[in-house]
Amino acid sequence: MNTLLEVSGVSVSFDGFKAINNLSFQIAEHELRAVIGPNGAGKTTFMDIITGKTRPDEGRVSYGDKSVSLLSLSESRIAQLGVGRKFQRPTVFEDQSVGDNLMMSLKKERGPFAVLVFRPSDKDRARVAELAEEIGLSGALDRKAGELSHGQKQWLEIGMLLAQEPRLLLVDEPAAGMTPAEREHTTDLLKAAAKTRAVVVVEHDMEFVRRLDCKVTVLHEGSVLAEGSIDHVTRNEEVIEVYLGR
Amino acid sequence: MTDAVLSQPSRSPFAMRHPSVLVFLVVLGLFTVAITVLSEGFGLGMISTSFVKTLGKTLCLCLVALAMDLVWGYCGILSLGHMAFFGIGGYAIGMWLMYERTRLIVVDSLAAAELPPTVQEISDGIATQIFGVVGASEFPPIWAVAHSLPLQLAAVVLVPGLLALIFGWLAFRSRVTGVYLSILTQAMTLALSLYLFQNDSGLRGNNGLSGLQNLPGLDDLPQSIVSVWFFWASALALGAGYLFCAWLVSGKFGSVIRAIRDDEARVRFLGYPVEGFKLLVFSVTAIIAGIAGALYYPQAGIINPAEIAPIASIYLAVWVAIGGRGRLYGAVIGAAFVSLLSTWFTGGQAPDLVLGPLVVQWVDWWTVLLGLSFVAVTLFAPKGIGGLFDLIADRRSPNRHGAALGPDPGALREREASE
Repeated sequence: MNTLLEVSGVSVSFDGFKAINNLSFQIAEHELRAVIGPNGAGKTTFMDIITGKTRPDEGRVSYGDKSVSLLSLSESRIAQLGVGRKFQRPTVFEDQSVGDNLMMSLKKERGPFAVLVFRPSDKDRARVAELAEEIGLSGALDRKAGELSHGQKQWLEIGMLLAQEPRLLLVDEPAAGMTPAEREHTTDLLKAAAKTRAVVVVEHDMEFVRRLDCKVTVLHEGSVLAEGSIDHVTRNEEVIEVYLGR
Repeated sequence: MTDAVLSQPSRSPFAMRHPSVLVFLVVLGLFTVAITVLSEGFGLGMISTSFVKTLGKTLCLCLVALAMDLVWGYCGILSLGHMAFFGIGGYAIGMWLMYERTRLIVVDSLAAAELPPTVQEISDGIATQIFGVVGASEFPPIWAVAHSLPLQLAAVVLVPGLLALIFGWLAFRSRVTGVYLSILTQAMTLALSLYLFQNDSGLRGNNGLSGLQNLPGLDDLPQSIVSVWFFWASALALGAGYLFCAWLVSGKFGSVIRAIRDDEARVRFLGYPVEGFKLLVFSVTAIIAGIAGALYYPQAGIINPAEIAPIASIYLAVWVAIGGRGRLYGAVIGAAFVSLLSTWFTGGQAPDLVLGPLVVQWVDWWTVLLGLSFVAVTLFAPKGIGGLFDLIADRRSPNRHGAALGPDPGALREREASE
């Protein structure tokens, strides 16, 4: 499979603290990957670099068929290229309806003038309904997103990401604060999503990662400590020491 | 207006999908007819010309409040500079009014001379008339197109629009947000006002432009008629502005700018160029403010740099907050209510309040009362006066959409949550 995203030799430091230290990472198209690591391992900073929120001090980040460098692009440009990101805390627009949240996320022209003249077609409405079905919120299209439960908000955010039709999906701790049943639904959503795009899941919870059943990258102090199947990394001595053995 | 994208059928007329727009336009129309019928110029003469002017000016203030609501209430940019754009609009139209009227007077007075006056003589005459008060007798470059009504009308739109575009581009591009942006806009306003106070700014320093209530060439027309004309024009502008703003915030554009207000970073990760949206909203509202100012100052008769002082823009924010930001009619109600009340209190008509030894004279104490009500609204009724409409609407038809709030039956119902 073709490489979709390649991060090589990236370092970034905040006030002298090296959050990311010579990190290299690759993901292929249609691959599901879990990234785990203890607190402060640089997981969130890693996502910030890919999505353009943080500029690294050195290294390269190239993306897509033409290996575009993401380092000089704005957050919105990177998102338009097909990199979607889900935050740890569910961030949906609470003041607006579930339908409006999804409609806003649908893959369309993003410029202000294009948005100004945009009126949803029947097809767009059908697509929104379909997405709502997928995330189990079809009965809630007219409700304000702020009224949803925590788990439902997480799904809505995943739905918004799917609506963007990203080629690369970055998901930060999707299962945090979910009930076991909700977790199971989330695992299914992510696995289904990875059939048509690359998905990177950053997660704390080893059980959840095991259920994803995919290649795992272990981060520690800003660089890759181990990479491989879940059984492979959990047998690694170093990994046991810094992460599991505590 | 929140669920416009999905829930309503798309083919019904715009006004039907947004009943509040229809209600507003009908109320505005009835109000205009009523005032016309009661006015001195066209009807029974039951209200004075000066009150018609006050009402006309109030409509212009409502229009600029709409702009403020769009930029602050919807897009989350607390601009403390929109009254500067309002003032620029006033100056732009004032220049033509003053030039043209002075020209007619000068031509008139020179007509008595034996030789017909040359173009230069007329021009010098006008310049001396206008700028004598600041000790100059030549036209500053800024007056280059003051002779042309179409060009000055274009300036009403273009100057505020371009200034907002340049200022906004610089500020938004550097990701200046929140209170820092407010301070920047206020600094811009203060700088503009201080500049205009100078005699060599070319706009007559602290004298400002005056005599704007007289339309050139229509000297025979009584003010009672002119005032109603301007009242109509203001009502028309407010109605059109309301429709435009309602259209702007109804669709996906409205969704996106409200999303920017609530979580700017998240909108960026959705792929929307946040800066472009802010710039568009900032510039469009500056233009609306300019148009409102161009209608206001001919009714006020005079404009001077004090009108552009930062306090005016702060008042604007107070009106919108008291009326209820994030809803268009809230801004209109706030501006109308507070500015009319202000006229009443500061006009010396309000009876003094005697509290034992303390006599509260409203002319002095009105700003204190306004300040206190601003604090009270912010703390206790963040939805402002407009929030009252929610109470009425809720009582009539609780909008539950028939759904429980939480995943379990028996979880909070929507009504309880909205309280």
